[in-house]
Amino acid sequence: MALQLDAGIPEGPIDEKWDSHKFSVKLVNPANKRKFKIIIVGSGLAGASAAASLAELGYDIEVFTFHDSPRRAHSIAAQGGINAAKNYKNDGDSVFRLFYDTVKGGDYRSREANVYRLAHESLNIIDQTAAQGVPYAREYGGALDNRSFGGAQVSRTFYARGQTGQQLLLGAYQAMARQVALGNVKLHIRTEMLDLVVKEGRAVGIVTRDLITGAVKSHSAHAVVLATGGYSNVFFLSTNAMATNASAIWRAHRKGAGFANPCFTQIHPTCIPASDEFQSKLTLMSESLRNDGRIWVPTNPDERRPANEVPPEDRDYFLERMYPTFGNLVPRDVASRAVKRIVDQGNGVGPLKNGVYLDFEDAIARQGRQTIQERYDNLFEMYQRITDEDPYVVPMRIYPAPHYTMGGLWVDYNLMTTVPGLYALGEANFSDHGANRLGASALMQGLADGYFVVPSTIGDYLTAFLNQSPVATDDAVFKEAESAVTERVDRFLSARGTRTVDWFHKELGKIMLEHCGMSRSEPGLLKALSEIPALYEEFKTDVKVLGTGGSLNQSLERAGRVEDFFELAQAMCLDALHREESCGGHFREEYRTDGGEALRRDDEFAHVAVWEWTGDPSKPELNLEQLDFENVALTTRSYK
Amino acid sequence: MNVTLQVWRQTGPDQPGGFHTYQVSDISEEMSFLEMLDVLNERLVHQGEEPVAFDHDCREGICGACGVMIDGQAHGPQLGTATCQLHMRRFNDGATITVEPWRAAGFPLVRDLVVDRSSFDRIIEAGGFITVETGSAPDANIVPVPKEAADIAFDAAACIGCGACVAACPNGAANLFTAAKISHLNLLPQGQPERWTRTESMVGVMEEYFGSCTNHGECEKACPKQISIDFIAMMNADYVKSKIKNRRLIAQDT
Repeated sequence: MALQLDAGIPEGPIDEKWDSHKFSVKLVNPANKRKFKIIIVGSGLAGASAAASLAELGYDIEVFTFHDSPRRAHSIAAQGGINAAKNYKNDGDSVFRLFYDTVKGGDYRSREANVYRLAHESLNIIDQTAAQGVPYAREYGGALDNRSFGGAQVSRTFYARGQTGQQLLLGAYQAMARQVALGNVKLHIRTEMLDLVVKEGRAVGIVTRDLITGAVKSHSAHAVVLATGGYSNVFFLSTNAMATNASAIWRAHRKGAGFANPCFTQIHPTCIPASDEFQSKLTLMSESLRNDGRIWVPTNPDERRPANEVPPEDRDYFLERMYPTFGNLVPRDVASRAVKRIVDQGNGVGPLKNGVYLDFEDAIARQGRQTIQERYDNLFEMYQRITDEDPYVVPMRIYPAPHYTMGGLWVDYNLMTTVPGLYALGEANFSDHGANRLGASALMQGLADGYFVVPSTIGDYLTAFLNQSPVATDDAVFKEAESAVTERVDRFLSARGTRTVDWFHKELGKIMLEHCGMSRSEPGLLKALSEIPALYEEFKTDVKVLGTGGSLNQSLERAGRVEDFFELAQAMCLDALHREESCGGHFREEYRTDGGEALRRDDEFAHVAVWEWTGDPSKPELNLEQLDFENVALTTRSYK
Repeated sequence: MNVTLQVWRQTGPDQPGGFHTYQVSDISEEMSFLEMLDVLNERLVHQGEEPVAFDHDCREGICGACGVMIDGQAHGPQLGTATCQLHMRRFNDGATITVEPWRAAGFPLVRDLVVDRSSFDRIIEAGGFITVETGSAPDANIVPVPKEAADIAFDAAACIGCGACVAACPNGAANLFTAAKISHLNLLPQGQPERWTRTESMVGVMEEYFGSCTNHGECEKACPKQISIDFIAMMNADYVKSKIKNRRLIAQDT
């Protein structure tokens, strides 16, 4: 059965669509809101802001997080900032410009109406979060400070030192904590969603496992909201936190939710390279470093002199050479591919020759150490802590790492997935960033979805169920889902193989990074598509998980997440194979211009590829949503 | 390099616990402390022994999930560094390292090195917020915040909620955590309307779970974000002011 992909974009001019939509959707009477129960999975920016806002409206909310506290969600690690079209700098910014930049930056693979709404709500986000006490950077007069970020031509990024994500998450978490104290939000910590429950085509609840006691339990509601983040950890080594996973959205996909553009992943150019085979994750160094740092490698691949003794004529400032106009400030995807090419040629630096230099020597000479220190000291300190090298003296070494996933569950304008009653927010959905996300836009989208979009749209679905109780948890659909979850847990424990969960995860990550990472090709993807199922079969019989299901068992938790990654990885490769063009973070070697740059093919691929679960992870069915561009003209990005 | 670990193992809060000794050989000094524990766990699984449970997530010192006592010091020997950012190069080849969970009555043990820190969430729920429902905020620049106030508020807000301050305190007090959260909000103009109720109610919940502060200052030394104990003084000052204000009001009522 083909998916119904009606995005439900309102009629009218782009700047009136959201207002007219809010007027046309059905509302729930204030006195009736408490009769509706909504489950929210995930407590990051999107989940916590949605929980707080929906509870303030009066809905009966239950929040689930697998962390020990909602404040641990990975939104907390975002460094750079949050964009908003406030035009406080009087530099010509506007909602339309932020909208335009986001559609263009996404390489024309996002939905115009959603992006415009995002740009519009960015204004309210700054107001809301400043009022919550988020300690944004200020000017001496007390007004908010802004900076330019990621090559944007206007200064529209609001920031709180290098810890903007932390401060915004704490704001949302605290707003939610207030609702917990008021009894409007019921919080479940260390509780992981292991399945979505669907009855007669509608989402009616979830099945969870208590990570401390192992108890498998059903929870029913009128609607389920997934705000569970992205899936970069399919690569094993990424900038994501260790526990970040795709299981919630993948389980929802298996129950009927279409998965959109899984191959759209973002590789961030400035991360600290892996130091050895035991590396467990990669640490991002903020993109802002490229404002002052110059990227280079020695021209001689066998260079043995320390970096500061290599004379200028023996250095290749390759980004400045390849892209004279933008130089070191080319977008993330362009920079990442250039760095990979240089390292693949054997020109890498460092003990493993797996990085390139990001050098502040010239910036320090020109602006003084004091200025550089004020701008980047916390980053320099973090770098030194990890590598034991002082970046004021020795250039930093950087290499790209998987960072963000633009793909996710397909949602309509109301943020509802193809399963009625199931919503996806933040990085878990696909809608706003197209094929490439701009810097300082992830926080904006998570908060727009949670604070402002879903509270206005969810009522449209709920009104039909007024005075109907949620499906009882002793219903057959819940019992079936519970036994499936229990069987799965038992299957991992009884495999009694010879290899650890992490071993399989690392092997899968290697395949994905090699063939579905920064650059992809048909032969590579086909190879991955034969290797992944083979490794998956091995996993099923040879994984070794000790202990029991009745207590805290961290290997058991990871086994389920890694198994879901095996299936998702296949969807990513199939999607990358289907998309015979290069756009944004997706680069197909077969599709490039004469100059070697990405070749987009708008005639054939200006669409969203939405995959439908068929029961066989190697054979999902493809559905298309055509993208129409009425307000932004399609052009080719050029940074030469 | 090679190290000998003495790790606290305990299968549950009601089970007896004890130290187990493990030799971890052939590790790299470039790896982080948690990556060294990963290696230990991989080897334990191969030997058929259940891995050591420990909390961790972001591994870049910001989520606050990790934290163990290393040779009796919360987060180990390096100042201003969370356990996940501590690297093995800080230890000598051949060293014996003792690894224990946070030890505090306010943080009941869950398993091995994992403890329950939900008491921190209870303190926040008691008033660690500014009441501003979604949609009701004025334009962000209507309320100017002096840069100095914003900067000091940020210093307090940098708290990652790891619990090292409690673990390091001889009294198991949570004053640095609570003070950081109270000060962050009390220093800002937006935080003024609820300043006094916030202070009293958060301190009240803190005292339900944790010991009393006697100014040892261990918390500041253990804090991975190096949050100053000056904030404890600010909290105490606000607490006293609030009590006096309330007393005066009660006197007027009667």
